[in-house]
Amino acid sequence: MNRKPKLWGLHARPGTWLSRVLLAVPFVVLISAYLLGSHYRRLENEHDKLLPSVSKMVASVERIAFTRDKRKDEYLMLTDTVSSLRRIGIGMTCSAVVGLLLGLNMGMFRGFEKLSLAFITFLSIVPPLALLPILFIAFGVGEFAKIFLIFLGTFPMITRDVYLATSRIPREQITKSLTLGASSLQVVYKIVFPQILPRLLDTVRLSMGAAWLFLIASEAIASTDGLGYRIFLVRRYLAMDIIIPYALWITSLGYLCDLLLRKTVSFFFPWYIAQKEA
Amino acid sequence: MEKETSLTLHIEDVYKSYGEKLVLNDVDLKVRAGEFCTVVGPSGCGKSTLLRLVLGQEAASSGTILLDGAPIGFPNRDRGIVYQRYSLYPHLSVLDNVLIGKRLERSYFAWRRERVAIRDEALEFLKKVRLSGHENKYPHELSGGMQQRVAIAQALIMRPKILLMDEPFGALDPLTREDVQLFLLELWQEMQMTIFFVTHDLEEAMFMGTRLFVLSQFYSDGSGADVRGAKIVADHALPRRITSTFAKDDPEFLALREQIRQEGFEPEYLQHVKDFNLKHPDSFST
Ligand SMILES: Nc1ncnc2c1ncn2[C@@H]1O[C@H](COP(=O)(O)OP(=O)(O)O)[C@@H](O)[C@H]1O
Repeated sequence: MNRKPKLWGLHARPGTWLSRVLLAVPFVVLISAYLLGSHYRRLENEHDKLLPSVSKMVASVERIAFTRDKRKDEYLMLTDTVSSLRRIGIGMTCSAVVGLLLGLNMGMFRGFEKLSLAFITFLSIVPPLALLPILFIAFGVGEFAKIFLIFLGTFPMITRDVYLATSRIPREQITKSLTLGASSLQVVYKIVFPQILPRLLDTVRLSMGAAWLFLIASEAIASTDGLGYRIFLVRRYLAMDIIIPYALWITSLGYLCDLLLRKTVSFFFPWYIAQKEA
Repeated sequence: MEKETSLTLHIEDVYKSYGEKLVLNDVDLKVRAGEFCTVVGPSGCGKSTLLRLVLGQEAASSGTILLDGAPIGFPNRDRGIVYQRYSLYPHLSVLDNVLIGKRLERSYFAWRRERVAIRDEALEFLKKVRLSGHENKYPHELSGGMQQRVAIAQALIMRPKILLMDEPFGALDPLTREDVQLFLLELWQEMQMTIFFVTHDLEEAMFMGTRLFVLSQFYSDGSGADVRGAKIVADHALPRRITSTFAKDDPEFLALREQIRQEGFEPEYLQHVKDFNLKHPDSFST
């Protein structure tokens, strides 16, 4: 018997430690490349804006996150974060609720399915960003248009996914529920709904990427605060020392959100995880 | 003298076709209360279809199906069902799976009031199916045999007029299977229920039933066509044997098994419609 290779080839099974090292490699490479690039560019021009030094970024974060802004009397990064999270939170909650109700009923009631499936498919193909001008014209440039864009961009996909998950519930289980005395509404809301819930959280998780995209796009175009607004504002001054920390911050928020949803599912729905693995 | 018991299920002139394809061709049968009747036949002959009709999951193309004298409608509490798979709700614990029926029929407040009593009843049923101590597990943590026993408890707690079972033990390994068969027989005797049990396994059908229907498409009716829907080709009353698996080696048992195998499972052995073995007192043909 040959020894299993550790790293190369089809049969490789990297050990725990090697796995951790491997995981870190791309990050280390990226950061090193940045530091090197930044160092050499600053040797040529010490006011280089494109690849600012780490200390410069720390100083900028200090200024924007931990000092009160004089004109607005608030911590800018905090205000931006709260506004953005509020928009994405309301938008995603709305599309989760609407997607769940629509998808569930489409999956359960053939009549409703025929009524809405083609329309939802149509909606999911319309590129939401193309509708953004329409939204701004129709609803003004306030909060509503931005939230509505996030909603429009995510709910068709959530609806379709919930619909598919619902139609995959075995017919036998529905019949069985009827023989146990369930009414139609009970079948939908007491039997099927709880089984779809973890799937909904999964779908919401996968839609978060799109939601961030729509959020930042709408904030970039018309807003007075928000994470997307800030990075597009400072772009005019080539302020990479703010853009880079903001981008990292948005990434961390996205990651946290993902983690939270994943942990929620595995904590509250152990049977769902078991089913997925089987 | 046999005691007169009431009729539970009455099926008359039932046809079922899917598009062009005739699956059930004029099925007639009657089942008395308390009977354990098994339906056996080659696979694909339409046993599950017949069961789905009785269940109300599908409608017959024509014909009458009565349960306790009333036409059956959509699936409801009168008929319990145990499938081969998908019987349990994956998101509920074993205990909740058993009491879900009781819970569904009550309003929230009635449920709060009677929760303790219902819980005790469900635990009692779990004891009956020998699953005490497993009530807090989820279905995916149970073996196939245990899952089927939960499914039986889940259906029985609602005390249906008739319990329908569609190949309930088809996915189990032989040892577990024998175990659950014996167990179901005990439960049937204890609870005095009517069971309509579909299987493609002839030994199982003979071992379990007090009454055995053979459903088969292998018969001749003089029309010369060789594709046709299935009929009840034989209807046997089975003596209630001691509930032991040794009965399966009894010579009488073996002879009957051979006869039924010919009647139902032999594509070359075509009985004429008029020669069907329908001597059972409840048997009829229109
Ligand atoms: N929904 C359906 N649509 C079309 N044909 C069907 C459908 N259900 C069953 N059949 C056909 O009916 C026949 C009997 O099926 P089934 O009742 O499942 O047989 P069994 O349970 O005896 O194995 C099969 O030939 C099958 O192809």
